[in-house]
Amino acid sequence: MELLLALTIGVLMASSVYLMLDRNVIRFLFGLILLSNAANLVIFLSGRLTAGAPPLIDEGAYAPTGVVANALPQALVLTAIVIGFGLLAFTLALVYRTYRSLGTVNSDEMRVAEPVSAPKTTPHPDPAAAPGTPPASDPTLDKTDATTTPTGGEARA
Amino acid sequence: MADDYPKVDRVMGGASGWFSIALPAVLFLYFLGLVPQIAEAPQVRGIEWVPSLGIGLSVLLDGLSLTFALLITGIGTAVTLYSARYLGQHPDYPRFVAYLMMFMVGMLGLVLAGNLISLFVFWEVTTIASYLLIGFNADSAKSRRSALQALLVTGTGGLILLAGMIVLGTVAGSFELVDILSQGDMLREHPWYLAILLLFLAGAFTKSAQVPFHFWLPNAMAAPTPVSAYLHSATMVKGGVYLLARMNPGLGGTEAWFWILTLFGGVTAVFASVMALRQTDIKQVLAYTTLMALGTLTMFIGAGTHYAIMAAMLFLVVHSLYKAALFLMIGIVDHATGTRETGVLGGLSKAMPLTGLAAALAAVSMAGIPPMVGFIGKEFMYKAGLGLGGFGAIWVTVMIFAASVMMFVVAGIVAWKPFRGELRETPHAAHEGPWPMLAGPLGLGALSLIFGLFPGVLAHYFVGPATHAVFGEVREVHLYLWGGINMALILSLLTFLAGWLMYRRHEAIRHRLIRIEQGSRVNFDAGWDRVLDGLKALAAWQTRLIQTGNLQTYMAVIFASFTVLVGTTFLLRGGMGSGINYEADGVHPIQWTVLALIAMGAILATITSSRMTAVAALGVVGIGVALIFIMFSAPDVAITQLLVEVLVVVLVALVMLRLPHLPVRSASGFRAGHAAIAAAFGILSTLVMIAVLQTPFDRRLTDFFEIASWPEAHGRNIVNVILVDFRATDTFGEIVVVVMAAVGAYALLRGAPGAKPTPEDEEPVQVAAADKGEKV
Amino acid sequence: MQSLILTTATRLLVALLLVFSIYALLRGHNLPGGGFIGGLIGATGFILYVIATSVSDARSALRADPANIAMLGVGIAAFSGIMGAFAGDAFLTGQWLFLFAAEGEKGLPLSSVLVFDVGVYLAVFGGILTLVFAMEEEI
Repeated sequence: MELLLALTIGVLMASSVYLMLDRNVIRFLFGLILLSNAANLVIFLSGRLTAGAPPLIDEGAYAPTGVVANALPQALVLTAIVIGFGLLAFTLALVYRTYRSLGTVNSDEMRVAEPVSAPKTTPHPDPAAAPGTPPASDPTLDKTDATTTPTGGEARA
Repeated sequence: MADDYPKVDRVMGGASGWFSIALPAVLFLYFLGLVPQIAEAPQVRGIEWVPSLGIGLSVLLDGLSLTFALLITGIGTAVTLYSARYLGQHPDYPRFVAYLMMFMVGMLGLVLAGNLISLFVFWEVTTIASYLLIGFNADSAKSRRSALQALLVTGTGGLILLAGMIVLGTVAGSFELVDILSQGDMLREHPWYLAILLLFLAGAFTKSAQVPFHFWLPNAMAAPTPVSAYLHSATMVKGGVYLLARMNPGLGGTEAWFWILTLFGGVTAVFASVMALRQTDIKQVLAYTTLMALGTLTMFIGAGTHYAIMAAMLFLVVHSLYKAALFLMIGIVDHATGTRETGVLGGLSKAMPLTGLAAALAAVSMAGIPPMVGFIGKEFMYKAGLGLGGFGAIWVTVMIFAASVMMFVVAGIVAWKPFRGELRETPHAAHEGPWPMLAGPLGLGALSLIFGLFPGVLAHYFVGPATHAVFGEVREVHLYLWGGINMALILSLLTFLAGWLMYRRHEAIRHRLIRIEQGSRVNFDAGWDRVLDGLKALAAWQTRLIQTGNLQTYMAVIFASFTVLVGTTFLLRGGMGSGINYEADGVHPIQWTVLALIAMGAILATITSSRMTAVAALGVVGIGVALIFIMFSAPDVAITQLLVEVLVVVLVALVMLRLPHLPVRSASGFRAGHAAIAAAFGILSTLVMIAVLQTPFDRRLTDFFEIASWPEAHGRNIVNVILVDFRATDTFGEIVVVVMAAVGAYALLRGAPGAKPTPEDEEPVQVAAADKGEKV
Repeated sequence: MQSLILTTATRLLVALLLVFSIYALLRGHNLPGGGFIGGLIGATGFILYVIATSVSDARSALRADPANIAMLGVGIAAFSGIMGAFAGDAFLTGQWLFLFAAEGEKGLPLSSVLVFDVGVYLAVFGGILTLVFAMEEEI
C-alpha cells in the first residue's frame, strides 16, 4: 500500500507541476490545490501508515494500548490543510482581482510592471476601459472559449 | 576648492565645528596617556559580540595600533581645526563633519580591532566614509565619478578581503588576531596559504592604491583638501599597509610574500614618483607622492627584515607628518590665491611667510635633508635595503634611490618654487592664512623637526613598539641622526646631487613625460570605464536572460532545477538503497479504488478544458485524500480535509459561476517540454518517497507524545493535544496566518474595479463591453 | 437561490450545525474534534445559510462582523498563552484547574488549553466567513 500511495503521490505531483506551468493562472490555481494535497500525503506517508488504530487513549488508560497511528504527522497535516485553504482562498481572490483589473488570466499579458517593449502592445490597466463585466451575451456557464473573452486576442493584434 | 557657495554665518563651523575639534583632541590625549604603558607590553581588551560565530569587539592595543591611533587622532585634530575655518561657512558643513567623524571612528576601529571580522566591518566603514567625503561636492559630476570609482575599487577589494578573512579564520580556528598571529608557522605551511595571501593582498592593494589599482587615488583628490590630507594621505590609504603590517607575523616571511610585496611596492613607488613629476596641479603632485609612499611602505613590509620593518614604521610616521602638512599648506595657498598650478604660483613667501615656513619644514623633511626626521627615515630605508640579501637588496635599494631622488625634486616643486622669486599674478591677491588653518601644518612641521632632533623619543615610544608588533619579536631599536660615514650616507649625498640636477631641469622633464603619456595607449582610468561598461552590459544581458518577467519561465526554471538538484543528489547518494520491495498483498480492493480515483481525478483536472469538470475532478481528489486519512486512522485530519474540500469547491465554483468567461483551457495546448519536467518531478517524488519509506523510522517524538499526552497534558486525543498544547505556538502562528489570508483576500475583493456594478456604474461598463465587442 | 424547502430546512440545520460545532470543539481534547474542526463545521453552517438566503441575512443573523470574530479568536488564543505567565511558565504553557477532582478522577477540567482551542475555533470560523462573505458580496 505504501508503494501504491507513493505512486499516487507521484501522479499528483506531476499533474500539479504541469498545471502550474500553464500560462492560464486559473490552471495554476488548480495545480496549487493538487500540490497541497500531494504535500499533505507526503507528510502523512512519511509518518508511516497504520490502519484501524487512531491515536486516541482509551478511557482509564494512561497511554495508548497497542500500536496506534503516528499522531505527529496528523497534527502537522491538519494545520497544513487549514493553512493550505487560506493560501488557496487568497490566491483565488488574487486571480479574481487580477482578472477584474487587467482583463486577463494569461500571465504573459500581465505586464503592467514590466512592459515588454512598445507600450502599445501592453494592456495598461485603465479603469474606464477595463472590462467591468465581460460580455453578457453568453448563456452557458461552462463556456471555455478564450477568444470571446477580453483577454489576449486583441492585445496581440 | 572654489568658494562659490552661499555662505552661512558660522564661527569656526558652529557647534559641530567645536565638537569635531574636541573629539579627536580628547582621544589624542587619551591615547597619548597610554603610550608609556603600551611601550612596555601590548594589551588585549574586549567584549563579545556574536560569540556563537567567534566574533568579538576585542581591542588589540600594541605599538602598531597605538601609533596609528595617535596619527589618526593627532592629524585628525589638525584637520578638523583646519576644516572648521576652511569649510565652516559651507551650508553642508555639519554633514561634512558627520562624515569626517564617521571616518575617524571607522579608522580607529580598523586599527584597534582585535578580531578579523570587526576589523572588516570598520574597514568597510572607512570605505563608505571615503565615498561620501570624495563626493562631498555632489554637484560636480567629476566628484561623483571619483567617489564611485574609489568606492567600487576599495569595496571590491574589501569583499575579496572578507573571503580571505573567512578562509584564514577557518584555517586558524579563530577570528581573534592574537590567536591567528601566534600560529604563523602553521599558516605558512598550510596548503591554502597562497590563496589566503592573495585574497588579503587584493584587499590591501586596492585600499592602499598599489599599481594596478592606483588610479582611484589621484581621482580622489576631488575631495575637499582637508579630506585629501586626512584620508587620502595620512590615514585611510594606509589601512592596507596597516593590514599588511598587522598580518606580517602570521602571513609574512615567505618567498611569495617577499616578492609580491617588494615588486608591487617598488613598481608603485617609482611609477608614482615619475607620474608626480608630470603633474602641474600641486595637489595632484602630492597625490602621486602619496602613492609613492604607499609603495615604499609595502615594499619594506614585504622585505620583512627587522631593519626593513623598522624603516617602514619610521617612514610611516615621517610621511604622515610631512604629507598632511603639505596638503594642508596647499589648501591654504589654494584658498588664498585661487590656484594650485605650479606654473602660476611664485614668490608667495613675501605674502604668506607662515605658510611658507610650514611648507619649508614639511618639504625639507620630505626631501630627506637633515636635521629633519625625513632624513633619518631615508637613511634607514637605505640601510634596510642594503641589508637585504641577493637580488632583493639591489631591487629595493634602486627603487628607493629612484623614489628618493624624485621626492627631492617634488619637494622643490611643491615648497620651494611657489614661494621663491617675485610675487606672481594669481586669481586672488595672495594673503596669509588664518591661524586655525596654519596651526596644523606648522605643528606637524615642527614635529618633523623635533623628532629629527630627538629621535630617541620616537624610537622608544613609537617606532620601537610598532616594529615589535609587526616583526613579532623584541629587538633594540635605535634611531640616530648621524651614523658616521657609511654607504647609506653616501647614497643620501648622491640623492641630493641627482635630485638637485633633476630639479633644475624638471620643466623639461615634465614636458617630455606629458608627450610620452599622450603617445601611450595604457590608460588605467579609461580602462576602468571600459570595465564598468562591460559590467553594465553583462548585467543587462543576464537580466534579459534570467528576469524575463514571464511566470511560466520562472516556474519551469524552479521545478526543473529542483528536479535536477534533488535528482542528482538522490542518485549520487544511492537513494534507492536496496531497491523497491514490492508487496501488493494486503491491499484491499477499496484502497485500490480510492488510489485510482485520486490519480484519475488529478489527470482529469490536467487534461480537461471544461472548468466544471476540473472543479469536480479536484473535488474527487480531495475526497479521495480524505478517504485515505480515514482508512489509516486519522479521523481528525479526515474531517478537516472533508470540510475544507467542501469549502474549496464552494469558493471555486462561486468564482467560476460569477465569471462566466473565465477560461480554464490551457493557453497554449500540449507542451511537451513542460510535460517532461512534470513527469520527471512526479517520478522523482515517488522515488524519494520510496527511499524515505525504506529508512528506519524514528519514533522518539511519537513515543514522547503518546506517553505524555494523558499524564502531562490531560488529553486523550493525541493529535489535538499536540495542536493545542505541545506545539501550541505553531498553531497560534497558523491561526494568525489564516486570519491574515482572510483579511488579505477581503481587502483584494473590496473595491476591485467593476466589482458588483452599482446602478451608476452600469452604463460605462456596458459601453466598455460594447467597445470590446466591436474590436473583436 | 430561493427554495422554500431549503430555506425552511436551513434554519434547523444551521442551529444543529452550530451546536454540533461547539460539541466538536469541547470534546476535541479527548476524542476526534477540536478548534479547527469545530470552526470549520460552524463556518459551513453559516455558508449554508448564505446559500439559502443571502449574505445580508447571514450577516444580521451573525450580528458581529466575522473579521472581528476572527480577531477576537486570535486575541483569545494569545491571552490563553499569556495566562501561563502568571504561573511563571513559558508562553502557551497549559494551565489546568480540576474542579471536583477526586482520587484517580480528574473531575471537571478547566484549562487555558481549552481557552486556546476556543480562540482557534473563533479564528477559523471568523476567518472563513470573512472570506466567503467577501466572495459572495463582491463578486
